[in-house]
Amino acid sequence: MKQFLKRLLGTIPVIIGVVLLIFLMLRIIPGDAVSVLLGDHVSQDTIDRLTAAMGLDKPMWQQFVSYIGNLFKGDLGISYTYSRSVSEMIMEAFPYTVKLTAMAIVFAWGFGLLAGIISAIRQNKLLDRLFMGLSLMGLSMPVFMTSLFLQYLLAFKLGWFSLVSDGSWPTMILPAIALGWNSAGSIARMTRSSLVEVTQADYIDTAKAKGLRYRAVILGHGLKNAMLPVITMMALQLSSMLSGAVITESIFAIPGIGRLATTAITNRDMPVLQGTVIFTTIIVIAGNLLADLLYSVLDPRIRKGQ
Amino acid sequence: MENENNILEIRNLRSCFFTEKGVVPAVDGISLDIPRGKIVGLVGESGCGKSMTARSIMGLLRYPGRIAGGSILFDDQELTTCGEKQLRAICGKDISMIFQEPMTSLNPVLKVGKQVRETLLAHDPTMDREEARRRVIEMFAQVAIPEPERRYNSYPHELSGGMRQRVMIAMAMIGSPRLLIADEPTTALDVTIEAQILRLMKQLQEQTGMSILIITHNMGVVAEICDYVYVMYAGQIMEQGETFQLFDHTAHPYTQGLLASIPRLGNNPERLHAIGGVVPNLLHLPAGCSFCTRCERATAACWEQKAELEPVGEEHYARCFHCGEGTA
Repeated sequence: MKQFLKRLLGTIPVIIGVVLLIFLMLRIIPGDAVSVLLGDHVSQDTIDRLTAAMGLDKPMWQQFVSYIGNLFKGDLGISYTYSRSVSEMIMEAFPYTVKLTAMAIVFAWGFGLLAGIISAIRQNKLLDRLFMGLSLMGLSMPVFMTSLFLQYLLAFKLGWFSLVSDGSWPTMILPAIALGWNSAGSIARMTRSSLVEVTQADYIDTAKAKGLRYRAVILGHGLKNAMLPVITMMALQLSSMLSGAVITESIFAIPGIGRLATTAITNRDMPVLQGTVIFTTIIVIAGNLLADLLYSVLDPRIRKGQ
Repeated sequence: MENENNILEIRNLRSCFFTEKGVVPAVDGISLDIPRGKIVGLVGESGCGKSMTARSIMGLLRYPGRIAGGSILFDDQELTTCGEKQLRAICGKDISMIFQEPMTSLNPVLKVGKQVRETLLAHDPTMDREEARRRVIEMFAQVAIPEPERRYNSYPHELSGGMRQRVMIAMAMIGSPRLLIADEPTTALDVTIEAQILRLMKQLQEQTGMSILIITHNMGVVAEICDYVYVMYAGQIMEQGETFQLFDHTAHPYTQGLLASIPRLGNNPERLHAIGGVVPNLLHLPAGCSFCTRCERATAACWEQKAELEPVGEEHYARCFHCGEGTA
């Protein structure tokens, strides 16, 4: 518990570092919000007035300090394009992204683990070949291609799913598979190889020598040990899934965080962009913390460590 | 069974590795008897096939290893053909096994008490969990694990090597086996712990009347607790006999070499004896005696012809044309 609190405190500098980095980067890239908002044919006077109103005339460090200050109050600023509170916009979009990633995670972890375990037990048999082939496919294709491929085949040609999502559960299935396939593939392959490796361990012989059934040996003694590296990977994939969501949401027209971010980029809507990136960062960090916690639940050697 | 006094009879057992380079006969037609209530030692260098023999009994051969022929009779039951389910019912209950490396033989992520209890529940799923727990703690006490109640909830990494091996022994003993196979049970332990573990095994054997097959490369271990010894080399039995008989009237040059290689305090002014050369490649064994490449007494006949196991004394056999010559 104490160790967990320590880890929790350790995330604060990470978050501040990320905020600083994003803040700087968005000010270095060319193009500014004012000219995007006003278009070409406006007087310098109008530009100056708007710049001052948005606080963009102040020195950068002052902007940063006031941004951080507002951040701790949960205020992420006002969107340039929509003149609405960024926090509000994120909270509106967030449920869709949660829905999408949650479904993708359920698919990726569920299918990945199951396929991995089955493949390990039925090594080099038909099911193993099939699952490993599917995994490799998911791994080799970038998310946008998987999305387009599934959209074309299952929605357009076969008509099993709707082309775009309106945010309801059934229309989210296809985007979730598109988003989760890649992760499902790497989890399946990792689970398989980890489990195969573990079955070479001495304690597996001990378990067999007790007269346990093969299934009890694998699930009772093999799986818990084999899961250790897989869990780290599952947590890492949370972040790749969130970045994948940006693409999937755009392709399937889901009004989630990802689409909010892409629109913000086109509009040079800095407060929204900053808000979405910081928000996702916090979620990724939380995911990694959760994985650490799970790790120590599974492995007693880590629980007592130091 | 040829002899009702035996709990286990192995006849002409062949266990081979079927590799791409060819068939490696790791166990090459050995026959071995384990009498009821006796401790039998199986001795030899690394790679001579002694562990393979033990694993063949338990059905634990690893791919690409397989039993290629012969028979293993346990109490009138043929183990090589009885099928997985039957073997599972016997393993852990009637025959149990202790492994060489107590650190890796216990599952690192499960409590040791549960790992021992699992053996009980595997053979009697209806047993009350609390009752099983009580019996495990009793067994822990019996193998002299201090604070057995507390140790029940320990993880393997919290125990010392000796304690872990005691847990392994408790695990093997909990089903009240009639045969215990101990594959180098003390090799990974230091000498003082080795003596304790051997004493414990001997004591448990006397209490329960079970038989023990102890696999070792250490002649000292054999002298300490075995009633009967088999000496194995390159997959074959080279010499077998009652322990005192074999130590006093060693017939085979290989056994003589092994005995001469034991360091003794005081009376060794020169270098410690070592058998020259290494164990031959099992894929390219000589046509004759497999030990002839390293034997000081080898003659032309040894290179061309295999000797049979011939009696050289009472309950004492050796596989050599030159038995008893130049006895050390």
